[in-house]
Amino acid sequence: MNFAFTKEEEAFRQEILAFIKQELPPGWIGATYYEDELEQEELWALGRKLAPKLGQKGWLAMAWPKMYGGQERSHIEQTIFKEEMAYNRAPGVDFAGVSMCGPTLMNFGTPEQKKIFLPPIAKGDVFWCQGFSEPEAGSDLASVRTKAVDQGDYFVLNGQKVWTSGGHRAAWMFLLARSDPDAPKHKGISFMLLDMKTPGVEVRPLVNIVGGNAFNEVFFDNVRVPKANLVGKKNDGWAVATALLNFERSGIERVASARKLLDEVIAFVRERKKTGALSRDIEVMKQKLAEMVIELQVGRWMGYHVSYIQQKGEMPWAEAPISKVFGSELMQRVANVGMEVLGLSSQLEKGSKWITLGGRVSHMYQSSLGRTLGGGTSEIQRNLIATKGLGLPRG
Amino acid sequence: MDFDFNEVQEMLRKDARRFLTEKCPKAYVRKMEEDEKGFAPELWKEMAGLGWMGLVFPEKYGGLDMTFLEMAVLLEEMGRACLPGPYFSTVFLGGLPILEAGTEEQKQEFLPKIASGEIIVTTALTEPSGVYDPSGIETKATEQGDKYIIDGTKLFVTDAHVANYMIVAARTAPGKSEGISLFLVDAKSPGIKCTMLKTIASDKQCEVVFNKVAVPQKNLLGKLNQGWPLVERSILLAAAGKCAEMVGGAQQVLEMTVEYAKQRVQFGKPIGAFQAVQHHCANMATDVEGSRFITYEAAWMLSQNMPCAKEVSMAKAWVSDAYRRVVSLGHQVHGGIGFTKDHDMQLYFRRAKAAEVLFGDSDYHREKVAQALEL
Repeated sequence: MNFAFTKEEEAFRQEILAFIKQELPPGWIGATYYEDELEQEELWALGRKLAPKLGQKGWLAMAWPKMYGGQERSHIEQTIFKEEMAYNRAPGVDFAGVSMCGPTLMNFGTPEQKKIFLPPIAKGDVFWCQGFSEPEAGSDLASVRTKAVDQGDYFVLNGQKVWTSGGHRAAWMFLLARSDPDAPKHKGISFMLLDMKTPGVEVRPLVNIVGGNAFNEVFFDNVRVPKANLVGKKNDGWAVATALLNFERSGIERVASARKLLDEVIAFVRERKKTGALSRDIEVMKQKLAEMVIELQVGRWMGYHVSYIQQKGEMPWAEAPISKVFGSELMQRVANVGMEVLGLSSQLEKGSKWITLGGRVSHMYQSSLGRTLGGGTSEIQRNLIATKGLGLPRG
Repeated sequence: MDFDFNEVQEMLRKDARRFLTEKCPKAYVRKMEEDEKGFAPELWKEMAGLGWMGLVFPEKYGGLDMTFLEMAVLLEEMGRACLPGPYFSTVFLGGLPILEAGTEEQKQEFLPKIASGEIIVTTALTEPSGVYDPSGIETKATEQGDKYIIDGTKLFVTDAHVANYMIVAARTAPGKSEGISLFLVDAKSPGIKCTMLKTIASDKQCEVVFNKVAVPQKNLLGKLNQGWPLVERSILLAAAGKCAEMVGGAQQVLEMTVEYAKQRVQFGKPIGAFQAVQHHCANMATDVEGSRFITYEAAWMLSQNMPCAKEVSMAKAWVSDAYRRVVSLGHQVHGGIGFTKDHDMQLYFRRAKAAEVLFGDSDYHREKVAQALEL
């Protein structure tokens, strides 16, 4: 057991911090979570500006093999990168591309697909979205109904996706569609790559609880997908999709984002304590704040443990969903403690002259609701911990 | 960064698992709950023979010169086995304070005897007020010629009934944290009356009354009036040690529970196939995973001699609650059978509560963390 980062890792962390300091505008505040950059134009623009620079540094796809544009560096370093980007609220990391689509193509893609699609992801040139969920396929993902009819050289897609994060921003989508309606539900699905500019693709915004447009509905009306964009074998997409869920899942970005918010809240409490202007009983609040600091440390090691296991080439069957469920629920607890600290003023929305901490606490309080839903609900995560992690029988 | 045990630690873990599985079955644990001493002297000797008592002592005092990390590995196994007896008292409340604060003469006198299993030592710290705070210490030590005379009542003194020596915290001068001194007291000294307390974990805690107990000056441990920082350090190490025990207990409860959920059939299938039960198990696994690394982080820092009061408090605050949650969910999955005295679950349930309140509960340690955060 050793909880120290190596000298090289520490130096790498400093390198990232120096880069962030240099690239972010002075007085940068940023958003409370990376998905927020999908909602806000200014953030999105900066993220797109930063992405190629991050790509040039080789940081986006750091743990990838060199032949695909990576640097073959460790998962721990990759996690350090994600941690610092999230903590410092620096935009520009395409999670769907780097953490999901890329590794899938490395494992299941044709040589041609790897050559075409991987380098742009590593370079930060292209932004991806995930076309999995549908109105009738939420937690029960294998119930996808979007039809893919084989027409020889291409498939014709008809159907609808929903909760598509960044659908309005992405150039490409990786998706699941039903290519054999007569096969058992896990056996008739195919995994394919779709150029979002293809005729017949329509993206309609969905407005979330904070009034932002991060996710979307995406409709397919006779959309042609070339056969060359089929990943894995036809009708074998479920195997591709479930393997995808096991890539790069430290979840450190959740813990790091929450830690940043909590640090702001703690600084606020210290400041108000000095001026005697704290509206809450400090004896009560400090217990809660200390508890959140502790839980964030617990969550941080859960995240690094996942990377550590992946670094060894093993599967974090229990550890990855543990990190997801703990980190996402912790974001909500941290935000709630922040709201309690702010008291009445916690209700104020952006634009009020009385607002505290720029409304960021309230923002995370509301937006973190989605963290226990997206990427597999907490209930699905707990099913995975129990069945894949602990070996309990499937219900 | 390394989340695995190294070779030495892995070997220690395996040896301890094998030894305790054989020598400390639950029948033994149950028997010792009723036993007057609370441990079998033959087993005590065997443990000493394995070097466990002197695990972290330097070789010159008869120890194995290992670090707090190896200590944590061993304690985890002890927690898993619910090992009864005065190991924790003797090493953490006896040996470590002497190692950290004793004069060379005191170390020479006590540590080899502790390492060889010859003597049992404990600390008499808390009093009827039940707080880990200098304000809770009313026991007085008054200088009289070349002796100190100790008067007062100590409560929750673990293993005092079998101890050869007790480290007694007493007030030697007025003040807050100043004015506390520590004394190495021969447990056979006239004027000491020890009464066993009946406790939730049947873990042999005692009331010890000191009535004009004379202690030679040379048995002062550390500096006069400056004993409290030593007490704090001792609580810190003990809190970290308890966390390791709790991790072992929690891991065992998780394994027992998952096994039971696979075997027990209701409504025609194993109850572990039901999501309600699966989610209990998932929550238990989450708490065990969290407990393990926050604990080993603290143990690692101790092994590196890094300042880590905050990290130990973080661990004790969290693991105390997490272990209680784990056992409680384990009971829920086991249903009625786990609620019986015959079942092993109750052994863990009762010990989890004792471990939670000893050496500072969650509130106490969260307060320490809050102080470190300047809140």
